[in-house]
Amino acid sequence: MSDSPKTAQHGLAEHTHGSFVPLQIRSDRPSSKSVSDFEAISPLQDLWRYLQPDQLNGLDSDVLGEYESEVSFVSTDDVKISWIESTDSRVGSIGVPEDRVAAAAYTNASKTLLIEVAESAEVKEPVVIKIAANHPAPSALHIFVVAKKFSNATLIVEHMGLGNLAEIIEIDVQDEAKLNIVSVQNWDKGSAHVSAHFSKLARNSFLKHSIASFGGDLVRITPVTTFTGPGAEVEMNGVYFASAGQHLENRPFVDHAAPNCKSRVTYKGALQGNKAHTVWIGDVLIRVVAEGTDTYELNRNLLLTDGARADSVPNLEIETGEIEGAGHASASGRFDDEQLFYLQARGITVDDARRLVVLGFLVDILQRTGVEELVERLTSIVEEKLGSY
Amino acid sequence: MATLEIKNLHVTVETDQGTKEILKGVDLTIKSGEIHAVMGPNGSGKSTLAYSIAGHPKYTVTKGEILLDGENVLDMSVDERARAGLFLAMQYPVEIPGVSVSNFLRTAKTAITGEAPALRTWIKDVRDAMSGLKIDSTFSERNVNEGFSGGEKKRHEILQLELLKPRFAILDETDSGLDVDALKIVSEGVNRAHQANDLGVLMITHYTRILKCIKPDFVHVFVDGKVAEQGGEELADQLEAEGYDRYVKA
Ligand SMILES: Nc1ncnc2c1ncn2[C@@H]1O[C@H](COP(=O)(O)OP(=O)(O)OP(=O)(O)O)[C@@H](O)[C@H]1O
Ligand SMILES: [Mg+2]
Repeated sequence: MSDSPKTAQHGLAEHTHGSFVPLQIRSDRPSSKSVSDFEAISPLQDLWRYLQPDQLNGLDSDVLGEYESEVSFVSTDDVKISWIESTDSRVGSIGVPEDRVAAAAYTNASKTLLIEVAESAEVKEPVVIKIAANHPAPSALHIFVVAKKFSNATLIVEHMGLGNLAEIIEIDVQDEAKLNIVSVQNWDKGSAHVSAHFSKLARNSFLKHSIASFGGDLVRITPVTTFTGPGAEVEMNGVYFASAGQHLENRPFVDHAAPNCKSRVTYKGALQGNKAHTVWIGDVLIRVVAEGTDTYELNRNLLLTDGARADSVPNLEIETGEIEGAGHASASGRFDDEQLFYLQARGITVDDARRLVVLGFLVDILQRTGVEELVERLTSIVEEKLGSY
Repeated sequence: MATLEIKNLHVTVETDQGTKEILKGVDLTIKSGEIHAVMGPNGSGKSTLAYSIAGHPKYTVTKGEILLDGENVLDMSVDERARAGLFLAMQYPVEIPGVSVSNFLRTAKTAITGEAPALRTWIKDVRDAMSGLKIDSTFSERNVNEGFSGGEKKRHEILQLELLKPRFAILDETDSGLDVDALKIVSEGVNRAHQANDLGVLMITHYTRILKCIKPDFVHVFVDGKVAEQGGEELADQLEAEGYDRYVKA
């Protein structure tokens, strides 16, 4: 194993920056397809600082099982879905793992689920990929989505059951294509899920990327979006609700590597119960070429009880001055006794008051998925979590 | 005809220096349709009285009673009191992130009446009440009290008063921080609620100017945790001219 994964042999580009150099520059993060290129995970590493390795339930091991029978889908003419060999040249073309678990997923998934939205297809009904696990053996899954030119489709990837999953989702959004993808994590207790999403957006394409994490002891998602052509737009939304003992982490990254692109990142989370922990690290990089960039990222957390903790860190790296706009905001607030008193003083019961606040806070993000059936289902999951406290 | 009776009410709070008695035997009876003004120096315990009636958990009743038509209010939770017909317009209304005004009003109305209001009439009722209080319709979609100015918060309190139709309202300095126009708008709202629902009002204030708009039947002077004197409207004028020195020194 190399002494540091940051060696040049994996074709890592080094960038020079201005006088201000943060601790680790997002664009310099090393990447590799091989597990052995990454050191054993430790909370001393910036990427894993909010976790203890044992929370990964073995997802960081060299050898993982594979998911295949756990995955169900319906292939159509407009949206062809099939398993291909991971040696296929497309696999790995959108994103290369930037951490050990993603590399483990990459190495161990011998097959990749290919989802192809046909050129110019207008797909009305959402396409659903269901991942229903039923055993705790740490396993790997690789998904490759391609939205071909001028297509327009909605894809829902749903995770459920008891499982421990290291996952990669590559998303290739081609010229002028529109893709709406939602990844739902509603695992049973005892589950851990670490997922790296890589999206590339070509000229004038549009991606709506949403994550919704509710169930699972550990759910950690690192969605990376890279603009490769001008005029593209991404809307990255996230909604999560951590109950006692759950760790829900999201690290969205938008790489503005092309001019005149727009990104909006909005994540909202609620927390309740002892040791409910959420982490949000939002990175945006505006490269020298990315003139005319317009970006805004926001994270809000609502702490419903004592004993919960929300970490929230927005980072903005700007290498060009010629931008339209760039901003970020992060706030974590308590739902406190005075608020509760105010609502109760209007006749609303304690339980309803909490429900009102949390739903009001989260539903806005749920609705952005634009899938009514999903909004209803996720809303009832939130209600159930509130009730179970 | 309903009655709200406060009998020999003693209330303490926990402070850094230990337990502190703030209300020291308050007696006050309000009947439906009556308007009572409570005036008193800063720190005399007026807000404490208001919060204690509403049931704020910070305040502990150590002695005395609060009865609503003979029923023991002190046994009720905060929301039960509201559903029983008590309403507190707060001196400092809190912001509720994530809850829109329209959602909040509908939920409160549903809680108070026990059933969801018929949508069409409800929307009209809200719109009419808002326009009566000169609240811009865009407020419906804003979060409760979030970013509202002081005057907007007060108007929002009276909006709730008009829509929720309680039997008794305690208005804690609803007139503070209002300019002359806003004071007029808010007073008209209170008068409307008073007339429409035979509302009993306990109005806490420092100033007689609101008493020109909302005519009190009784004025109580509140000093050091209890009612020091009561009278009619003329007592307010006397207070304005002379201040509280007479009571405080006594
Ligand atoms: N939670 C609390 N902790 C400590 N002291 C309190 C608390 N609440 C009230 N007090 C004290 O009790 C006394 C009465 O306060 P209260 O707010 O009831 O007065 P007020 O008559 O409403 O005054 P103002 O006219 O300034 O609104 C004050 O001395 C105040 O500092
Ligand atoms: Mg006060």
